[in-house]
Amino acid sequence: MTTGPLASGLTWSLGSDFRQLLQYPFMVNALRAGTIVAVLAGALGWYMVLRRQSFAGHTLAIVSFPGAAAAILLGISATSGYFAAAIIAAIVIAAVPRSLGGRARSSESAVIGTVQAFALACGALFVSLYGGFLDGLTNLLFGSFLGISPSQVLTLLAVAVVALAVLAVIGRPLFFATVDPDVAAARGVPVRALGTVFLILLGCAAAEVSQITGALLVFALLVMPAATAQQLTARPALSLALTIVAGLLIVWLGLAVAYFSVYPVGFYITTFGFAAYLLAAGSRALTGRLHRNQLQTTPA
Amino acid sequence: MAGVQDAVVFDHAAVQMGGRTIWSDVSLRVAQGEFLAVLGPNGVGKSTLVKAALGLVGLAAGSVTVLGLPAGQAGRQIGYLPQRRNFDAGLRVRGTDIVALGSDGERWGLPLPFGAAFLPSRRAAALRVREVIELVGATAFAGRPIGQVSGGEQQRLLIAQALVKRPRLLVLDEPLDSLDLPSQASVAALISRICREHQVTVMLVAHDVNPILPYLDRVAYVARGGAVCGTPDEVIRSEILTELYHTPVEVLRASDGRLVVVGEPEAPARHTDRHGETAAVPAQQW
Repeated sequence: MTTGPLASGLTWSLGSDFRQLLQYPFMVNALRAGTIVAVLAGALGWYMVLRRQSFAGHTLAIVSFPGAAAAILLGISATSGYFAAAIIAAIVIAAVPRSLGGRARSSESAVIGTVQAFALACGALFVSLYGGFLDGLTNLLFGSFLGISPSQVLTLLAVAVVALAVLAVIGRPLFFATVDPDVAAARGVPVRALGTVFLILLGCAAAEVSQITGALLVFALLVMPAATAQQLTARPALSLALTIVAGLLIVWLGLAVAYFSVYPVGFYITTFGFAAYLLAAGSRALTGRLHRNQLQTTPA
Repeated sequence: MAGVQDAVVFDHAAVQMGGRTIWSDVSLRVAQGEFLAVLGPNGVGKSTLVKAALGLVGLAAGSVTVLGLPAGQAGRQIGYLPQRRNFDAGLRVRGTDIVALGSDGERWGLPLPFGAAFLPSRRAAALRVREVIELVGATAFAGRPIGQVSGGEQQRLLIAQALVKRPRLLVLDEPLDSLDLPSQASVAALISRICREHQVTVMLVAHDVNPILPYLDRVAYVARGGAVCGTPDEVIRSEILTELYHTPVEVLRASDGRLVVVGEPEAPARHTDRHGETAAVPAQQW
């Protein structure tokens, strides 16, 4: 189970609460891991929301669950299981033929959905083969910030650095291929290849997020910050930056609150993400209405 | 031989797809700064004709020369607007950003944040983007998310995108499709103005000749596996189209100058994406 207040609990003094948080190496590791994951998930999630590939992103995360379960069953590290499964699934999804253009989307999502259901079932099998260790199942699905080792943090960091470096190189043509694939292709952008590379990067991000929020709650960091930022602004650079800031705040708040609470960290991260999205959507609806009223009251 | 003043020359060109001839023995010549419309019923290979000019479709016979080079080699000197559906209404990206992609969208890497503040090249690029947006009359709505502006406004922004690099040839595939009549008229006038004032050769695929008729220098009428080219008065005539279609076709001129083509055999209706790669309709099905 996730932990309750380990030491003296809340003192209502932010400074000393924060110091207390940082006294424990497991908490420092969790914050480091959370920070790395929030940045990577924010950047990839921003493109994912723009590309309308949330379903693929969710599937990559779900697939990482049987990967991790199989890795535990085989006695190797869960981290490598997460990455291996998500990257293999990314390559499979990318290989689904999309040559028929827009019409292939429905058949693509049918394939993805089929793979997703089977992966989830395999995960359940692996966990029960391992001996019905229920606590482990909850952590795999809904997240845990306990027991993140320094070496795991290093792995997360290495994968994130490589993935972000690749994203920095393909960033602009990928954006072009996302918003305007036909014109991009006519201008020589390798649209299909970029889509494949993007899915593999997304697989890395989904595997990383799964290790913090659990396989079922990845959207907390993949979708929510990006959706929030895109509600607030239509400027690409600004909304990408806002996405990463929102992701960091959501993770830090979620981890801090989870430390003082008995409930799973995935719940808190998701709740803060949801609150941020509601606020952003609400403020946009409000400013939109104000703007319309202004237009109506001032005659053209 | 292609003269220097010719922007596009087709010389007895033919295209085959999947072993079937789309059209053959097509010869046409567009001088620099001219406005050419590629006309004809759906599914006869109008898009294929412009794709052949762009080098996106290979030739089975003959040759195509664009701006003095073999098709496909004029690259950056051509602004291309593919046939498209509209942008998703939920796409939260400004029109300005879409136009800016025309300037550097295919370059690897990411633009430096605040680069325009200290890099002269970035400042010049940003200035050029503002200039083309002004040119197409899109300044008022370029700051709004592209999914939330009208079809005609999106089309103006896309024309701006195609113009950013100062192309000498502008290739537009059905830019007036799916626009309402007033938007068709104003976008057609805009394209003609760009053609005249900036000496840009325009190759425009259209289903209906009327919105662009007053501005045209030349038409290429594609049908029945071939094409006739010439000035609108030479080509859009009863006897020419009758010969092209091998069936009686009559061209009528309404009192307001609009042309009506009567008896033009339409390709069988297709309710799917009729202009996809595989969607060309066999000519003999008529």
